[in-house]
Amino acid sequence: MEKLIAQIKQGKVWPFPGGIHPPGQKTISTAQAITRLPLPDKLVVPLKQHIGANGKLLVEKGQQVLKGQALTKPVANWSVPIHAPTSGVITDICQMPSAHPSALPELSVIIEPDGQDNWCTLTPVPSPNLLSHDQLIDIIHDRGIAGMGGAGFPTYIKADSRKAIEYLIVNAVECEPYITADDMLMREHANGIVAGIEIMQQLLTPTLTIVGIEDNKPEAIAAMQAAAEHNDKIIIQTVPTIYPSGGEKQLIKLLTNKEVPSGGIPADIGVLVQNVGTLFAVNQAVFEGKPLIERVITVTGNTIHKPGNVWALLGTEIKHLLDCQGFSPVPQQRVVMGGPMMGFTLPTVRIGVVKTTNCILAPDHNELAEPGPEKACIRCSACADACPASLLPQQLQWFAKSKEYDKLKEHNLFDCIECGACAYVCPSEIPLVQYYRVAKVEIKEQQAEQVKAERAKERFELRKLRLEREQEARQNRHKRKPATEKSADEKQKIADALARVKNKPAKDDDKSAVAAAIARAKAKKQQQDTTLEPDNSEVALERAARKEQARKYKEQKAASDDAPAQQDDKKSAVAAAIARAKAKKAAQAAELENDNSENETAASTPADDKKAAVAAAIARAKAKKAAQAEQAASVASDDSQSKSASTAINETVNAEDKPEQTAQDKKKAAIAAAIARAKAKKLQQEGSDK
Amino acid sequence: MTLFYALIALGSLALIFGLILGFAAVRFRVQSNPIVEQIDTILPQTQCGQCGYPGCRPYAEAIANGDEINKCPPGGEATVKKLADLMGVEAKPLAGGEQAEPIKTVAYIREDECIGCTKCIQACPVDAIVGATRQMHTVLIDECTGCDLCVEPCPVDCIDMLPVETTKQTWKWQLDAIPVTQID
Repeated sequence: MEKLIAQIKQGKVWPFPGGIHPPGQKTISTAQAITRLPLPDKLVVPLKQHIGANGKLLVEKGQQVLKGQALTKPVANWSVPIHAPTSGVITDICQMPSAHPSALPELSVIIEPDGQDNWCTLTPVPSPNLLSHDQLIDIIHDRGIAGMGGAGFPTYIKADSRKAIEYLIVNAVECEPYITADDMLMREHANGIVAGIEIMQQLLTPTLTIVGIEDNKPEAIAAMQAAAEHNDKIIIQTVPTIYPSGGEKQLIKLLTNKEVPSGGIPADIGVLVQNVGTLFAVNQAVFEGKPLIERVITVTGNTIHKPGNVWALLGTEIKHLLDCQGFSPVPQQRVVMGGPMMGFTLPTVRIGVVKTTNCILAPDHNELAEPGPEKACIRCSACADACPASLLPQQLQWFAKSKEYDKLKEHNLFDCIECGACAYVCPSEIPLVQYYRVAKVEIKEQQAEQVKAERAKERFELRKLRLEREQEARQNRHKRKPATEKSADEKQKIADALARVKNKPAKDDDKSAVAAAIARAKAKKQQQDTTLEPDNSEVALERAARKEQARKYKEQKAASDDAPAQQDDKKSAVAAAIARAKAKKAAQAAELENDNSENETAASTPADDKKAAVAAAIARAKAKKAAQAEQAASVASDDSQSKSASTAINETVNAEDKPEQTAQDKKKAAIAAAIARAKAKKLQQEGSDK
Repeated sequence: MTLFYALIALGSLALIFGLILGFAAVRFRVQSNPIVEQIDTILPQTQCGQCGYPGCRPYAEAIANGDEINKCPPGGEATVKKLADLMGVEAKPLAGGEQAEPIKTVAYIREDECIGCTKCIQACPVDAIVGATRQMHTVLIDECTGCDLCVEPCPVDCIDMLPVETTKQTWKWQLDAIPVTQID
């Protein structure tokens, strides 16, 4: 670590693989100082000018706003507010073409300047070192600062890094041809940039801050060195001019010899990269309280009369920029936002400048020719030599063309920084980067779809479960209550039956009883032997005892069979119950006979019995109907055994009530359905009338 | 005798290694995903029933039991290709001459025309429609799979299937566009 810092301080740089040397064309726009544009007629400020979510609108149509007034409020994570670039009236809030190759419409606030340029009240902080970490982060967040190097990453998130930062790297490389916005900013506002660096140092406490500047900007290097002289933790490092040394990962490799792991972020290796423009905006936000409402933009190209850098308010239409700098378009004029390598041709010049716009290039046909038709790949591998991420552009191209997304992922497509070096060197003019961009979007889409499919599946399964549950509930609505009662009854009965069986004398007792009986019988025999008179009574007694023993053994066996196998309980209980019922019936029949013989006049009793039998039969039938045949059967037989005739009749009455109820329900449902049908018909008719 | 030693040595080695391998096979057994699960993850989970089965999973089961792999129009040719790879069969064009790359759609209810009959709610396989009886219904766009199942039951035909809007995140360069050049 110390060795590395010593090497860095000696000015050592570690070249990254690949890279190209396109003509710089930077002197075109560095001849004059940064000028300020006259106020445009209208400003188109898109709500989203960064990576992340939109803020919530705070203003409405027709409202008067002051310069610097917040137009949106950050809501979700990664959302950054936007501010009114000048004072004026909001004439509209609508979808406008955005600064994107597709120019897809984006919700924008359209402001008509009143020409006063009145600031809202600003709250500058003269000594930020008195502020806490969170207060500073809040200032950076509220002032709407997002990375101005190109990606537009919200600065407050980067500055609030949870990982320890060893090296703060300031990206002042500006490696893309034509662009000089950062160069001019450093020449004119080096002190402001250094103040911004110091705020970042306070937030992140890095061991070392390295400012990387390409050696084609000697004035900027001198200015920065002078401004940073007082701070020995800031090193101004001159790096060789090679494209794309301004790429985040390439610059980290160049300045610290560290490599960001694939799929990782610089903070993973303790490095954080900030653009000089962003740091100047941080300085403005803290020391002057000004939100991010303007930026330096290079307006250049052969069709521009006064190529140079301008302070442009965010939302200024590109057309205004071009007109102010003098613009004589050629036939089929192209206007490129960004540099010639990574920029994109604008579909229209009626697009507002955003926080990430650093250059407007209006070339004629000689300096930036239209790409010719794509020819076949000749496998020269010049692209692989130029690739700064050590990828295999040629392989990626084949896979992208054949849509082999798994292979693309295997070949680390997502490490491609889309610098365009491969397409620049390609002799066949294959738009390689475009292929990669499309493939990236498609892979991301596929992944999103996969996630969505997973969720759809989950929702489908849950719905299926819910429907099943509902159906079950509907089926059980009528019979759930009796079913639970039955089961409770039944359990009680089974328990009773088991208890009865258990209460019966144990086998040993039986044996001893039998033995005693036998002994008694033998004694009697011996006694009676003397009488010489044979007596059947003792034999009968013995037989009875044996019989008794056998019966008890049988019962015991049945009970012991029951005990281990719980599921058999029911069956055995049922069987026992049936047996009991039969026994009782027989007894009743016997009684009936007795009654008949004894009391001829009791005519009502057989009738009652008949009724009871009928009731029992009905109960049995009803029980049979029930889904759980076993349960029902046991209850029915129990009923017939244990319950008196009157209760059985009650049961039948209940049973008769139930069909009535269900009939009523059916009727109700039918009426409801009819009403619903009628209504639906009516509505349908209304619908068709419409 | 030497031969005998060699046989013993090799035999015992074979036995030891066999035991180790056998133990490892039991101990470190990897539960492979059943084929139905694998097929189910490839299917687009729109639950649209256009394959003739009441959902993606039943179709996955049918494929596992030997049904054709080209019955899934929402998945397009990409799904057929993946299924062909998985099942080790020849990829076929989609049954019924469907488009190779289906256009993604989501359902949209014209809310002022909705009578609140809840029929679409009952038809939606993924519960992506919210509403109540005689209240306006609406579609949760993020959850809608574009299965078309809600369109048919609507008594007033107020449901449209709209193509999914392109956003900046999903926009793509048109690379296959034929360049227009002037021939002198």
